[in-house]
Amino acid sequence: MRPFTYERATSAAGAAKAAALTRGARFIAGGTNLLDLMKLDIERPTHLIDVSRLPMAAIAATAEGGLSLGAAATNSDVAANAEIRARYPVLSEAIVAGGSPQLRNKATVGGNLLQRTRCAYFYDTSKPCNKRAPGSGCSALEGLNRNAAIFGASPHCIATHPSDMSVALVALGARVELVSPSGDTRTLPVADLHRLPGETPQIETELIPGELITAVVLPPPPAGGQLYRKVRDRASYAGGLASVAVAGGQVALGMVAHKPWRAAAAEAALAAGASPAEAIAKELEGASSLGRNDFKVPLVARLTAAAISEVKGRG
Amino acid sequence: MRTTITVNGDMRALDLDPRMTLLDMLREHLKLTGAKKGCDHGQCGACTVLVNGVRINSCLSLAVMHDGDEVTSIEGVGTADKLHPVQVAFLNQDAFQCGYCTPGQICSTLGMLRELDAGVPSQETPPGAAPVFSEAEIRERMSGNICRCTAYPQIIEAIKQAREAQSLQGFGA
Amino acid sequence: MTSVHDWAAPNPVSTNRSGLIGKPVDRYEGPLKVTGTAPYAYEVQPPSPPAYGVMIGAEIATGRLTGADIAEAEAAPGVLAVWTHFNVPAQPPRGAKAHPRSTAGSNPALENDKVAYFGQPVAFVVADTLENAVSASHLVKLTYAAETPDVDFRARLEDAGQPPGEQDVEIGDFASGFTAAEVQLDETWSTPIQNHCQMEPCATLAWWEGEKCIVHTSIQMVKPAQHGLAETLGIGRDDVHLLTRYIGGGFGGKGGTYDDLALAALAARALGRPVKVAFTRQQMMNATIHRPATVQRVRLGAKKDGTLDAFSMMTWTHCNRNGNFTEHASNFARALYAAPNRLTGHRLVRLDLPVAGPMRAPGEASGTMSLECAMDELAEKLGLDPVELRIKNEPPVDPENGRPFSMRQMVRCLKEGAQLFGWDRRLPTPGLVRDGRWLVGMGMAAAIRGNFLLPAKCGFSVEPDGTIVVRQGMTDIGTGTYTVLAQIAAETLGVPLGQVRVEIGDSEMPPAPGSGGQFGAATAGSAALMAGMNLRKAIAALAVGDPGSPLHGGSPDEVTFQDGVVAISNRSETLSDLIQRAAPAGIAVEGEIRPAADAREWSTQTYGAHYVEVGVDPITGEVRVRRMLGVFAAGRIINAKTARSQLTGGMIWGAASALTEANPVDVRYGSLLNQDLAQYLVPVQADIGEVEAIILDEVDDKANPMGIKGVGELGNSGAGAAVANAVYNACGVRVRDYPISPDKLLAGLIAQGM
Repeated sequence: MRPFTYERATSAAGAAKAAALTRGARFIAGGTNLLDLMKLDIERPTHLIDVSRLPMAAIAATAEGGLSLGAAATNSDVAANAEIRARYPVLSEAIVAGGSPQLRNKATVGGNLLQRTRCAYFYDTSKPCNKRAPGSGCSALEGLNRNAAIFGASPHCIATHPSDMSVALVALGARVELVSPSGDTRTLPVADLHRLPGETPQIETELIPGELITAVVLPPPPAGGQLYRKVRDRASYAGGLASVAVAGGQVALGMVAHKPWRAAAAEAALAAGASPAEAIAKELEGASSLGRNDFKVPLVARLTAAAISEVKGRG
Repeated sequence: MRTTITVNGDMRALDLDPRMTLLDMLREHLKLTGAKKGCDHGQCGACTVLVNGVRINSCLSLAVMHDGDEVTSIEGVGTADKLHPVQVAFLNQDAFQCGYCTPGQICSTLGMLRELDAGVPSQETPPGAAPVFSEAEIRERMSGNICRCTAYPQIIEAIKQAREAQSLQGFGA
Repeated sequence: MTSVHDWAAPNPVSTNRSGLIGKPVDRYEGPLKVTGTAPYAYEVQPPSPPAYGVMIGAEIATGRLTGADIAEAEAAPGVLAVWTHFNVPAQPPRGAKAHPRSTAGSNPALENDKVAYFGQPVAFVVADTLENAVSASHLVKLTYAAETPDVDFRARLEDAGQPPGEQDVEIGDFASGFTAAEVQLDETWSTPIQNHCQMEPCATLAWWEGEKCIVHTSIQMVKPAQHGLAETLGIGRDDVHLLTRYIGGGFGGKGGTYDDLALAALAARALGRPVKVAFTRQQMMNATIHRPATVQRVRLGAKKDGTLDAFSMMTWTHCNRNGNFTEHASNFARALYAAPNRLTGHRLVRLDLPVAGPMRAPGEASGTMSLECAMDELAEKLGLDPVELRIKNEPPVDPENGRPFSMRQMVRCLKEGAQLFGWDRRLPTPGLVRDGRWLVGMGMAAAIRGNFLLPAKCGFSVEPDGTIVVRQGMTDIGTGTYTVLAQIAAETLGVPLGQVRVEIGDSEMPPAPGSGGQFGAATAGSAALMAGMNLRKAIAALAVGDPGSPLHGGSPDEVTFQDGVVAISNRSETLSDLIQRAAPAGIAVEGEIRPAADAREWSTQTYGAHYVEVGVDPITGEVRVRRMLGVFAAGRIINAKTARSQLTGGMIWGAASALTEANPVDVRYGSLLNQDLAQYLVPVQADIGEVEAIILDEVDDKANPMGIKGVGELGNSGAGAAVANAVYNACGVRVRDYPISPDKLLAGLIAQGM
C-alpha cells in the first residue's frame, strides 16, 4: 500500500466534512474490499477516515414499521438479527450467500453497498480497464468475459456489481440515508444508488464527493414470501454467476449488471398475471450477451422462474 | 501511530505504520507467526484470528484500527505442552497435512462454534430456524478456510471431536 | 547391486514386532503445526532484523524490458535496493556449473532483458519494512518492447510435435484393429491449465555467516536447490546451507526453485543483513509452474462382449518456449487395460506461456479424465456395467512390455469398492434419481499410478540418553515424512516413538531426493531402514564387545531390540545404559538405498477404484459431490492415518479438477486470467461431502525392502473421471471440456430439453 494518513472519525457529519476537505480521502469501515484493492494499487487513498466506530451500527425499528440498519452494522449482525430473519429473510439469506463468515464479521452494510466489481481485468493492473484507468479501454469486452453483465452494459464497461446483500435490498425497496459534507442529509432508493457504466464506469454511484452512507432503511416487508438464490461455480465462498432475490412480487437480480438489477419488467408482468417464466422472459427481452456469457440469459430465466415459483410456495 | 492492542492477554503499546495489517503486525512486528499469510486478500482464511472473540481475516484489517481490541491468535489458544481441545482434535483426526492453514482453521473453529451457539445463520440454516450442529452446517461455516491439502473430511471429524470435548468440559479462547 | 529378491528377507519393518508399522499414530510434527509454532521459511527468526524483498513481475508475455526508472523507488522511505537486470549483481550464466557434479546449474535472477512469460520477475525492491518495500514497488517504472505472444494452445495443436527423444508407442496394428472393431468410440477431451495453489506461497529467508549463505526456503527437493543456488552465487556448494523444515504444501510446484531464492541470497550479501522474499498469491499464479492444458483423443475398439481389440490415447499439450516439460497424460494408460492393438503418444507445442511443470499426479491426473470417461461411454454403448467392462479388460501381465506385475489388486479394488459403495443401486439410465432439487447420479473410475524408488541416504544416530535421531536431507510437504521416518526408526531400533527425533529438510544431512512422484516414503523410508539396520549392527557389536555389558561375549546376530532394551535372551540392559557407558559420544551411521538391478523386470504400480455420487441441479447446472469412496492397493502402509489423508486429499483434488479448477489463457495478453484464490477456485469445505478411502492389505516385496508404495498421487488419479461419470449418470450430459462448470452443463441440459 502507498502511504496514507489515518484519522478516526468522531461523527458522521464530521467524517463527511473531512472527506470533502482532504484530497484523496476515503472512508474505511470493515476494509475488506478497500484494503484488498489498496494492496493491489488499484485504490490509492492518501487519507483514510475510519468510520467503523461511529455510533451507526444499530438495527432499530422505524416509525413506519420498517427497520433501520446502521451503515456500520456488520453483515453478520444484520444476517443474524431476529427481526430480519423473521420479516426480511431474503436479506439474511443474501448476506450469508456472500463472502465467508470471517469477511461477514468485518464487512459492513455501507461497505457492502459500495464494494467494487470483481472483474478479473479490473483486478489485473497490467490490463486496460476504463473503471480503473479511465480511457484505457475495456479488456473484458473481447476477453474472457463469462461473468459479464447482460443488462445495462456499455462498450466502456461490462463489469457486474458483485454484492449479494444489495440485491436483496433492492428487492425489498430499501433506501440509503446519506449525510453530505455540508451536513445535509438525504435518502435514495438502493435501486438508484448505483449507476450504469455508460461512458464513465469509474463513477459507480450517485454519491457526491464526501457523502457518507449512514444507514439503510427497510420499508415494511411486502406481502408474500421471500427467497434469495445464487448460482456459483463452487458451493460457498465464491462470487456468483447470477442471483435472484424475490420479496413478494418484487424481484431483483444480481451479478447481471453494473448494479443490483431491479427486474421491473418482470414485476410488472407478474402483477399483470404472467407466469414466473413469462415474467422473467419479459425482463430478459432487455438482455444482451457477448458469447461467453450467453448462458447467463437462460440461467437467469430458469433461476428466476424457479425462485418465484418457490416463493409462492413459501408465502 | 500509537496503538494499544491486547494480544493473547498481553496489553501491547505499539507504534505502528498505518499501512501495517493486523496480520503483518502479528507476524513481523510481534513475531507471532502462527497466523499465516496464504493470500493476503481475504480469500483463504489462513490468517484468521479472533478479535474480541469474533473471527476475522487479519490480512484485511489495519492494525491501527484495532486500538483497544483484544486479539487472540493461535499462540493464545494453546501450547504444545498444553493443547486446547480443538488442537487435540485436529491432531487426533489428522485434520491437516502441510499445516499452513491449520492455525486459521483452529481459530476459525473457535469463532464458528461461538457463532453457531449465538444463532448466527448460514446458508445451510433453514429459514426461521435456529442453526444446529450438523455436518452440513459445519462444512458451510468452515468454507472461509481453504485447505489445499484438502483435509476437509478430517477437519469435520476434528470439529465433531472438539464439540464433544466442549460439551463435556467446556473450553475457553 | 542388490536384487529385489534380497528385499524379501525379513527385516524389522516387515517383522513389525512392536506393531508400530501401519499404526495410525498422530503426526510427529503435529503439536507444532496445531499451535502455529512450526516455523515455515519466512517465519524463521534470523540473527538480526531482516530486510524485506518484493518482486515485480513482467506485464507483458514476450518481448524485452527496455527501461527501468528506479529513481523514485530508490528515494522512497526505507528503501535499501532496487534491482532490475540493468543493475542486479552479476551471476553466472543460466545452467553454468562450476562444480561438474552439481545437480542443478546456475539459475540467475533478473537474468537479462528478455521476457519469456507474463509475470516473470523483472524487478526487485528491498526495504527495511514490508510496508516500505511494497509501497516502493509501486514506484518502479518499467518500459517494455512487447512482441505478440504466441499462446493460443488450441490454435496451435497442428504445430505440436513429438516431445524431444520420444516416439509414439504402437503395439500390434491399432488402425486395423480399430477399424475392424465391432463397437468403436472416438472422442476428444480437454483439460485446462491448473495451478498448485499451495497455501504457503514460495518464500526464502537468507543471511550470510562469513562466506557461508544460510537460506531457509520452501522447497520439495533439497540438493538441486542447494547446488543451484551455490552455482548462481558463484560459491562452493558447501557454502550454501539450505533448510526447508516445514513446507506449506508443494504438490510438485515447489520441486524447482524460483527467483526468491537467488534474490534473497544476493540481497543479503549485498546489504549485509538477512533478507526475506515471498511471492504474493497473485505472483504464484503466473510466475510459478502450472499443470499445462491438454487435448486428449481416445479411441476404443471393442468386441460386443466388451473385450478391447484396439486402444489409443493421444495427448496434445504445451510448455513454455524455453521449457522442456511434457504432461505425459497417455503414459498411465499403457499399463491399465489389455488390448492387442495399442497406440499411445504425446505432442508438445512450445508457447509464450508461463512455465508448465509437474502437479500432483502429472500425467494420470489429466489423462484419467479422458480414458476413464471413455470407458464409461463404451460401457454404455455395450450395455455393460462400467465395473464389469474394466474387469473384463484386466491384463494378466503388463500389456505393453509383457512383464509380470509385482502385485496388482485392481480387480479387488473394483469389487470391494462397488460393494462398499452400494454400486448395485445405480440405475444405468441417466436422469432417473431425484432428491429434492437435485438429480442424483453415480459414477466410477479406475485409478493407477506408477511407483518409484530412487537412490537415497539417511543418517541414524543414538544419543547417550538412548534417543534415536534420524537425519536426512528429505522434506515433508504435508505428506507425513516426519511421522513415517519416526515409525520406521522406532520399529527398527525397538524404541518407543517418543524416543525418536527426526531432523529433515537440511542440505547438510545425508541426501534424499525429496518429495515428488509419490516416491517419498518408499525412497526416504527405505534409506532410513537401511540406516537403522546399520545402527542396530553397530549397537549390537558395541554391546557384545563391551565387557561392562550383560550382552558381552554374545553373538551380535542374536541381539534383539525392544522397548528401549537390548538383549540376548534373558541378558539385557537399556539402550541408554549401554550408550552412556560404552559410547558416551553416541554412535552415528549412515544407510543407503538404491534401485535393485532387476527391479525393471516387474511392472510396479499402485491401484485403486473410485466411486462417486453427485447431485446436479437441473435448473442451474450446479454440481455437488455428495459421496466419494476410494479403495486402494498401494503396498504396505506405514501409517494408516497419514496414508488415508493423502488419499482423501488426492480424491478431493480429482473432484475439483472435474468441477472448478481451471485457469484460462487470455490469448491477447498471454496471461492466465485467474490471479488469486477468489478467481481460481480450489475446493472449499462446502464442496465436499462424505469422503472415505479404504486401503487394502498388501505387501509389494518387489518395490523396496519395506514392501511399501506411494499414495500421495494415487488418490488423484481417476477421481475426476468418476465425478464426470456420476454427473452423466445424474443428468445425461457429458461435458468433455473440463471443468464441468454450470455454464457448460446448463448448455447440455438445455440441449436435452431439460
